[in-house]
Amino acid sequence: MEIHDLKREFLMGSEIVRALKGVSFSVEQGEFVTIMGSSGSGKTTLLNILGCLDKPTIGTYLLDNVDIKKLSRNELAQLRNRKIGFVFQSYNLLARTSAIENVELPLLYNSTITTTQRHQMAMKALEAVRLSDRLDHLPNQLSGGQQQRVAIARALVNEPVMILADEATGNLDSRTSYEIMALFQELNRQGRTIVFVTHEPDIAAFSSRTITLKDGHIIKDSKNENIRSAKDMLSALPVTEDYQNNA
Amino acid sequence: MKILSLIRIAIRALQRNKLRAFLTMLGIIIGVGAVIAMVAIGQGSKKSIQDQLSSMGSNMITIRPNSNQTPGGGARLDQSTVQSLTLADIKAIQSQAQYINAVSPAVQGRGQVINGALNWPTTMQGVSPDFLTIRNWPLKEGAPFGDADVNAAAKVCLIGQTVVDNVFDAGDDPVGKTIRFNKIPFKIIGVLQSKGENAFGQDQDDILLAPYSTVQKRILAIPYIQTIYASSTNSETSEPATAELSQILRASHKLTNSDQDDFSVRTQAELINTFSSTSQLLTVLLTAIASISLLVGGIGIMNIMYVSVTERTKEIGLRMSIGARGIDILMQFLIEAIVISITGGILGVMLGLLASKLITVFLSWPTLVSEYSIVLSFVVCAVTGIFFGYYPAQKASRLDPIEALRYE
Repeated sequence: MEIHDLKREFLMGSEIVRALKGVSFSVEQGEFVTIMGSSGSGKTTLLNILGCLDKPTIGTYLLDNVDIKKLSRNELAQLRNRKIGFVFQSYNLLARTSAIENVELPLLYNSTITTTQRHQMAMKALEAVRLSDRLDHLPNQLSGGQQQRVAIARALVNEPVMILADEATGNLDSRTSYEIMALFQELNRQGRTIVFVTHEPDIAAFSSRTITLKDGHIIKDSKNENIRSAKDMLSALPVTEDYQNNA
Repeated sequence: MKILSLIRIAIRALQRNKLRAFLTMLGIIIGVGAVIAMVAIGQGSKKSIQDQLSSMGSNMITIRPNSNQTPGGGARLDQSTVQSLTLADIKAIQSQAQYINAVSPAVQGRGQVINGALNWPTTMQGVSPDFLTIRNWPLKEGAPFGDADVNAAAKVCLIGQTVVDNVFDAGDDPVGKTIRFNKIPFKIIGVLQSKGENAFGQDQDDILLAPYSTVQKRILAIPYIQTIYASSTNSETSEPATAELSQILRASHKLTNSDQDDFSVRTQAELINTFSSTSQLLTVLLTAIASISLLVGGIGIMNIMYVSVTERTKEIGLRMSIGARGIDILMQFLIEAIVISITGGILGVMLGLLASKLITVFLSWPTLVSEYSIVLSFVVCAVTGIFFGYYPAQKASRLDPIEALRYE
């Protein structure tokens, strides 16, 4: 993934708001990048562009060697479907829909996948987040951490090039946050590219690289030499039943 | 995205809000039910009128005297006092007409029937033996009178069921008994099969039939005849038969070209057409009213779909972010609207069938459910769903995924 001199401007009434004022960086496969910044720094705008939900005003964004600027709305939708997995702060699971069906959802929009394949892939994704015993549970029957794990399984199911997480631990207490971060680290070790947007420096410490934004510019882009292990953090806390099988 | 999974998603979404989905459907259910029941009432009454008219004898032609316009102006006479029809006309028709297979004169008088202590006011109609053929009227028992009875002006009669019920005790056999009509004794030689009420609500069984000569001479003391009944050879020839009769009667009455007819010829077909067009109009009116309720039902769907789209903005945003295209979202909401309207349609058809049945059972109105009304309401339902579901669905499909995701 490569980003070059990215700019995004919005027209708010008669004023032009420049959310991103020239951002360049690239993310290699297998990296675990956190994008940090206070509110108003442009990180949400950057995330929208990275997630192919929005297009840059100026600059190029190559995802898997595809220039998204040239794609139509429908092509962008297909790109999101095949190459990106989203994890949101508020989980965004469909209510009154079982865990497995929530995970199957992205595959419904991929006509090359049959019903049986869909089911198998969803099972595999739920196994990866260690929820294979909760297939038929509805979101309101799951804890916050479990719901977020369903959401991660949904992001994994289409074998994406990149998982984009937007404040994925923002709604969780610190123990559950560590659980989720441990899961992300595990997925990263398995070779998945993860871009994690957060404003908590605490969380950024788990990643391999941190990009800090301020006022639409990158002010810091540093490799994290001292990656903390979320699993170790977790084991330092008293063990709970919920995470026993994962530890 | 496959249509089956779209339908499954739509049903799932509706199940989340069962009561709301049902209330939305209710508009369609009532609309379709009303259309089906209304059309069934219209069709039923049309059919029953047609049946009754054809039971009167479907090829029957009725000739009545008509007050003709006198060349000098002057007052036109009341129809019943015009004495233009005579037995000579009957003879002329019998000898000349090709499209007529039976003809009967008719004269009638009202009077009191007396049998012992029982009495009943009724009508005695004087006819020829052909009358039973023309009216398609079989006897329940006994035998009809013949030409000999006509020639002799015999005091014999055929009795209608209503008269039997009123002047004979239950279980008495009227055949062979003698009753008095206006103090004149008549021997009953046969009982007419019951015909029930006609289309105008008259009791057709409240009648005595006697030879026309008997009624002319002994009851009314008139030489002319009041009505001529004829029947065409079959239902197709009723029009040429009508023309032919007019021609024969004009010749027989020695009318010149400038004279108007002093008689009128009416066929059952005309009556059937008149009634059919009346009930057709009724059907159209009822259907129009019912269609309005279908329209209101459709607006209900549109309203609830708009609410649904707004409510599920976040879901739409999520679906878009994981790869749903605009068309996928459009189809999802459109199919949801169609599922509502079609399900409502199915329930509405059932309601309509039930309502028609209940109307027949409790109000004893004739109803006839036609397949076309079912098919039509079904198609209208689907179209309603598509039409009223399209705009909300389009609104959903055009949402910006970023804003939709952030919507609270």
